[in-house]
Amino acid sequence: MATTASRPVPLGRLAVSIMRLQVNPIACAAHGLCAELLPEWIELDEWGYPLVDSQPMPQQLISHARRAAAACPVRAIVIERSGQ
Amino acid sequence: MTTPSLTTTRLLRAPRLFCADDSAPTTHVEHLRRHGPLPAVVGEHGRAAMLTTIEHSGLVGRGGAGFPLARKMRAVAAGASTGSPVVVANGCEGEPASRKDVWLLTRTPHLVLDGVELAARVVGAREAHLCVHRGSAGAGTVRRALVERGKTEGFSITVHELPPRYVASEETALVHWLNGAEAKPTFTPPRPFERGVGRRATLVNNVETLAQLALVARRGAEWFRSVGDPTEPGTLLLSVSGPPQVSQVVEVPTGTTVGAALAQVGVDLEASTGVLVGGYFGTWLRPDVAASAPLTHRGMHAAGAALGAGVVAALPATVCGVVETARVATYLAAQSAGQCGPCVNGLPAIADALRLLARGPWDESLAPALDRWLSIVPGRGACRLPDGAARFVVSGLTTFAADVADHRADRPCASSRAGAWLPLPPVQSRSAGWR
Ligand code: SF4
Ligand code: SF4
Repeated sequence: MATTASRPVPLGRLAVSIMRLQVNPIACAAHGLCAELLPEWIELDEWGYPLVDSQPMPQQLISHARRAAAACPVRAIVIERSGQ
Repeated sequence: MTTPSLTTTRLLRAPRLFCADDSAPTTHVEHLRRHGPLPAVVGEHGRAAMLTTIEHSGLVGRGGAGFPLARKMRAVAAGASTGSPVVVANGCEGEPASRKDVWLLTRTPHLVLDGVELAARVVGAREAHLCVHRGSAGAGTVRRALVERGKTEGFSITVHELPPRYVASEETALVHWLNGAEAKPTFTPPRPFERGVGRRATLVNNVETLAQLALVARRGAEWFRSVGDPTEPGTLLLSVSGPPQVSQVVEVPTGTTVGAALAQVGVDLEASTGVLVGGYFGTWLRPDVAASAPLTHRGMHAAGAALGAGVVAALPATVCGVVETARVATYLAAQSAGQCGPCVNGLPAIADALRLLARGPWDESLAPALDRWLSIVPGRGACRLPDGAARFVVSGLTTFAADVADHRADRPCASSRAGAWLPLPPVQSRSAGWR
């Protein structure tokens, strides 16, 4: 632990933290707002539930994703940060 | 030495979990005479030494996931800062085709209870819960065994009977139920080993794993590793069925091929069109593929299947594989806990299509829809029911491909008129009985 503290983290590394989108399937009630706000990353299946791309999200989509997550009436969209 | 039971003589020189008389529960006196007392685990040092033994034994969970027991115990012991940990023994046996857990609980309940007690000592738990399905024969034998054993100072084991539903035996569902809620899976995290019963670190293990643990504690890692596959050592309980009319529980060394395990109990693989491995959460394999596949997690994975809870069912050629796959798909769809959209909608859609394929009238326009549902349903539930159901159906459509082609062409074979073969419990309504 002490060694990591003494070694400065390159700033470039911090900027590229990987973000992924997840849906909490128990909470999701097929309101469909998310797909409207983030059609690049979310489509709805034949029953109205979101199909999300599980790949790391491109940087330029992240603010849209945050908006979609905030718009979901049941807060079922989870944006996961997975290091580096 | 005890007389080996007839069913275990050929592959195993001396059965481990099987007992001499496998019709009545072993009494505590008989149990102690056969196995000796449970070793004491005293202090930090004793716990560390026992954990090392368990680690060296290579014992992995027998409930399906095959996770190394020592690693799970270390994680729970590390979580002890949230209060003293809890041990949960899972004897729910959600798989309708599995009978090995009930078999263990009704024949050798003390071995399971020893395992619970030992696990509790190692992780520092003072409270344990043993869960079985409501109406299971295991509940009575375990309660009587607990009375025989008397009270242990500062430690309690409680027996619980849960609603007999498929997903109720899932780890998070058990914990949910023990916390007073419905026996439905939760959207993890936290996992039970982090925060489980009463928000404390909780060790959930299948009852067979615990029985094996009771043997490891007494006889050591070397003894445990002396039979079975070197990377997943020991013995394994299987619930085996197949033609001509075999249906029984058997103990085999890990790494035994499916072919050898079936032959030992007299199943004729030549008279089978497909072997279901792992249960209804499992996979159909072609008989020739199954025959040479070793019964280990790795071996089953390589064959495109999963060991699951040790179900091996060879479908008789007189029974239609398409009809059986449709029956199980219908059952699985009815097991949805009704919480997640893709599961609630997707599984019935898949099951309906399969019923039309099995019984007609089939409509070719359903083929692409079925393919799509099978590809979009996995990974979209809080528990793995959708994943397991889709995998099961895909394996059935592949293994019985020739029959599927006949059904699609509207000329199903005579065997599709045969009676049902795989055991299925009566379907319950979705809303009733989760408590
Ligand atoms: S907005 Fe929320 S509830 Fe609606 S479909 Fe999207 S995730 Fe589900
Ligand atoms: S995936 Fe299905 S069975 Fe599992 S929790 Fe969701 S609705 Fe229930």
